[in-house]
Amino acid sequence: MDAAGPRHYPDKPAKVYLFGTCLIDMFCPEAGMDALRLLEREGIEVLFPADQTCCGQPAHSSGFPEQARAVALAQLQLFPEAWPVIVPSGSCAGTMRHHYPEMFADDPRLRAQANALAERVFELSEFLVHVAKVSLADQGVPARVALHTSCAARREMGTHEHGRALLAQLGAVEVVMHEHESECCGFGGTFSLKHPAISSAMAGDKVDALKETGAETFLSADCGCMLSLNHTLQKRRDGFQGQHLATFLWQRTSGEGGRQ
Amino acid sequence: MNNSQQLNFVPASEFKQRASVAVADAHLRKSFRGAMDFLISKRAGQFPNPEALERQRSLAEHIRKYSLARLPELLEQLEHKLTDNGVQVHWAEDGEEACAIIVGIAQRHSTKLMVKGKSMVSEEVELNHAMAAAGIDALESDMGEYIVQLDGEKPSHIIMPAIHKTKEQIARLFADKVPGAGYTESVDELIGIGRAVLREKFMNAEVGLSGVNFAVAETGTLCLVENEGNGRMCTTVPDVHIAITGIEKVVEKLEHVPPLFGLLTRSATGQAITTYFNMISGPRKPGEKDGPGEMHLVLVDNGRTQAYGDEQLRSTLQCIRCGACMNHCPVYTRIGGHAYGTTYPGPIGEIISPHMLGLNATHVLPTASSLCGACGEVCPVRIPIPELLVRLREEAQHDARPGHAALRGQGAAKSRLVDAIWSGWAALYTRPALYRAFGWLATRFRALTPPMQGGWTVSRTPMKPAARTLHELMAARKKR
Ligand code: SF4
Repeated sequence: MDAAGPRHYPDKPAKVYLFGTCLIDMFCPEAGMDALRLLEREGIEVLFPADQTCCGQPAHSSGFPEQARAVALAQLQLFPEAWPVIVPSGSCAGTMRHHYPEMFADDPRLRAQANALAERVFELSEFLVHVAKVSLADQGVPARVALHTSCAARREMGTHEHGRALLAQLGAVEVVMHEHESECCGFGGTFSLKHPAISSAMAGDKVDALKETGAETFLSADCGCMLSLNHTLQKRRDGFQGQHLATFLWQRTSGEGGRQ
Repeated sequence: MNNSQQLNFVPASEFKQRASVAVADAHLRKSFRGAMDFLISKRAGQFPNPEALERQRSLAEHIRKYSLARLPELLEQLEHKLTDNGVQVHWAEDGEEACAIIVGIAQRHSTKLMVKGKSMVSEEVELNHAMAAAGIDALESDMGEYIVQLDGEKPSHIIMPAIHKTKEQIARLFADKVPGAGYTESVDELIGIGRAVLREKFMNAEVGLSGVNFAVAETGTLCLVENEGNGRMCTTVPDVHIAITGIEKVVEKLEHVPPLFGLLTRSATGQAITTYFNMISGPRKPGEKDGPGEMHLVLVDNGRTQAYGDEQLRSTLQCIRCGACMNHCPVYTRIGGHAYGTTYPGPIGEIISPHMLGLNATHVLPTASSLCGACGEVCPVRIPIPELLVRLREEAQHDARPGHAALRGQGAAKSRLVDAIWSGWAALYTRPALYRAFGWLATRFRALTPPMQGGWTVSRTPMKPAARTLHELMAARKKR
């Protein structure tokens, strides 16, 4: 849907908002903290509006637009200043950037507000590459990693390229491609609950492909995919596990490699 | 050979159960994966320049949207032109009507045998059933269609109907079912066996049936895209030619065809052009040596006007039936075409079947997608398939929106429980203090997380909240 051409990026701001997403809030808060650390290290002040909950995507994609809109509306009011809103998840960022304007299409005032917000929403790695223009100094030991990009992140936000650009800055990290790299991991939100057989087959194939690369870990900028794949691996009693990209980047560049 | 009676018609509503069986079939998984990978790479080879592809897609999308915007007048123009050209035009509101028209024509000619070129609309209206019931042999002449018909099956892909079958299975099938055929695994020999059977039938059939890829209103030309030459045989050798197609296939001008044709073959099989491209504009005229003496076109609605009536759902009708969406679909790749239980499988089937069969029978299909977007990304006419899936999910679970006509089977998946879950969800996520309290409780009592979490724990360990929510970690950081 985003055939509008390349995005125009602003100069590096003094302050940003962080939208943590509901999955990170409850299931992988460290990824949110690492996003915060990466931003603060660039001299950017980070505000975390305490009233944030969820972008509304689960209801939207399940066919409950009214409920999605209500939850989206509650987020719309949380970012009054014109600062960028950083989201450490491609699919939630995609919802706020591409679906909010449609959700409020019938109300000119809210639509204008949604459009203005959409303009300021950045997926974390996109922001680090194009706005903060980070240069990362790798402090870790040589490592081999694979990268899985969520489908919404790839198709709505171009996140696969931003993730690769950041990893390319890490001197001792080799990024390996897996088979069917662009294919969905089978998470798909409520899809994984509604169609477990198909979802499991997709997740199983994805973890096989990631493991076959010989990588030590896999990275993802989306908590949903990462959790789905990690829990699949755990059920198989397989020690191979993925990490959120923000966590990996922070650990490699802060000298905190031993944490977790 | 009347295998049609054995066809297994399977309701879409049993989709989940069939999908589970299909994903457990390692052989099926491997063969579909291999076939789809092959088609994906063939297509990719045809589009080396992404910007050029996007320009072509924009043009094709435009042509289809323009044609649909003028559909009623274009159909009228097409009918006039064809009638002038000596073609008899028939309108069928549903499959039954379409079959009755075709059976009627065949009976008027007291034919016992009809040869068929590949036509998904004839599958959609279940023509072979109707012909069999009338005691007329309807023989598929496309090699893939011939194979699935011989085995009493339905196509598993709209372009490659027998893609689910291995060479060995076809060898066994021919040896068992084709009189006089021995067992051979040589593909050339197998094709030779099929050809020999079909040749003889072409000569004896009084009626030939074909589909239509594009119908040009301005000239009354029916365009037929094919690779085997059987389409040309079906439309020229028998004395009567019946073409059948959906009402959405019409375009205004001849010049609208090449951009669509070029994208169709490249997207479907990765061919720059097919071996045959037939342009049919009427029956044999006095003094002409070949071609059918009589020609008919059956225009089928079968739910298409329902999609047409809704601004968003109308884009469903842009489809040119290339099959690229199924080739690229991670769900189709894993379960194959038969699991869907509908004539059109994969993403296009999920968005068009509800109009043909009603949401009662099909409401589960739009849910069988992770919304990954691979289909929408490759669709040559830019149908926003994921958005249509979301819309159909909504329509299946709610009454019609105010000011919108109800779809057939509107609200078929309505559930008080699911409504209550989402309303509860919204109540929690619109009340920040309550939400934080919930997060606090869930993290403090994480040891009590249920070990069985529905579909999630079929192949995954249970989700368990972290020790502290991000909200709490952020609040603690502020205090420091
Ligand atoms: S929906 Fe698009 S990709 Fe799928 S068959 Fe139709 S034209 Fe091809």
